[in-house]
Amino acid sequence: MAFANAFYNTIAKRNSVFVTSIFAGAFAFNVGFDVAVTNFWDRWNQGKQWKDIRSRYVEEGSDS
Amino acid sequence: MLSRLPVAALKSQSAIGASRSAFSALKTRATSQVRFTSSSSASSAKLESLFTSRASLISAALFSAGSIAWYTHLYGSLPFVGEVHANSLADDGLHPAAYPWSHKGLFDSFDHSSIRRGFQVYQEVCAACHSLDRIAWRNLVGVSHTADEARLLAEDVEYTDGPDDKGEMFQRPGKLSDYLPSPYPNEEAARAGNSGALPPDLSLIIKARHGGADYVFSLLTGYIDPPAGVEIREGMNYNPYFPGGAISMARVLWDNLVEYEDGTPATTSQMAKDVVTFLNWAAEPEHDERKKMGIKAVILFSALFAVSIGVKRFKWTVIKNRKIFYNPPKDLNH
Repeated sequence: MAFANAFYNTIAKRNSVFVTSIFAGAFAFNVGFDVAVTNFWDRWNQGKQWKDIRSRYVEEGSDS
Repeated sequence: MLSRLPVAALKSQSAIGASRSAFSALKTRATSQVRFTSSSSASSAKLESLFTSRASLISAALFSAGSIAWYTHLYGSLPFVGEVHANSLADDGLHPAAYPWSHKGLFDSFDHSSIRRGFQVYQEVCAACHSLDRIAWRNLVGVSHTADEARLLAEDVEYTDGPDDKGEMFQRPGKLSDYLPSPYPNEEAARAGNSGALPPDLSLIIKARHGGADYVFSLLTGYIDPPAGVEIREGMNYNPYFPGGAISMARVLWDNLVEYEDGTPATTSQMAKDVVTFLNWAAEPEHDERKKMGIKAVILFSALFAVSIGVKRFKWTVIKNRKIFYNPPKDLNH
């Protein structure tokens, strides 16, 4: 109940705060979710992706 | 049922044929003593006539004949019915084995060093006859080559550009935005150079063939001498994986045909695996991003599905848990 009260008083009481927190939460979740999935993807495909083998071919001072 | 029978009904029957007459007695007495909620006798008679009538028999026969006709029209033959064909299964091409590609799994990306080796094989071997129209040099950047390497590769090729100030076309070295060069200027030239057979464009070949990567790998490594009784015309080659068996393309991949820059032994199967991986990338450049996006989509949508189940259960609790009471009217004279 304490949590619910705190939630209501800090976030849900004013609509401006409520909407802003939803947008901010969506943004933060998107970033975090993307980082988590990318971490898993990179660990699963270690050594297979271009960024893993790029260092073998790239030369100093080039733009790629 | 018998327990409902009044004792008098049993007493009046003789021992022989007791069950049958008891049943008829039950029927006659039951109508007078038991009140059914609905007129079940009338509806069961209706049901009986529905199952035994001539019209329903005919319509059922028509329905089954129609569904069989529809099935054969759709799929050509009936299941579980043996058939004999004059041609053999070999005429459709040998079914390729399923190979454990490094990008086969749901979470697996392409092996990009294999794509790089495969591009080398394509350029040194396949590009002599096969075009790769839909791939530009810029597509290799960030996939198998750096931008500088791709620029150097493009500059080795002369492209016709123009017109210039005097209205004439001119030759210039390739740029990143140019597409990979075709070995032949047009289809007629390609056919003339290959005794009438057109080498297909390889951009989408993995998607364009049944069996995909497995089929192309099997084809490249599957050249054998024709078995006894199979005649192959001059200029044709036998490959059991090719439908019909006779293919115009000869075996091209031999051990140590190319020299890999990363020291991988260039065996026939290694080169075939690499070039098929490269062609698979060429057919599906979006492959890695698509699988990564698929992981995200499955996680998010299954979470949303679980939430929707929870919300449904929450909303329905009132309806699911309510009780309906029925108070019969006090007046029984109805």
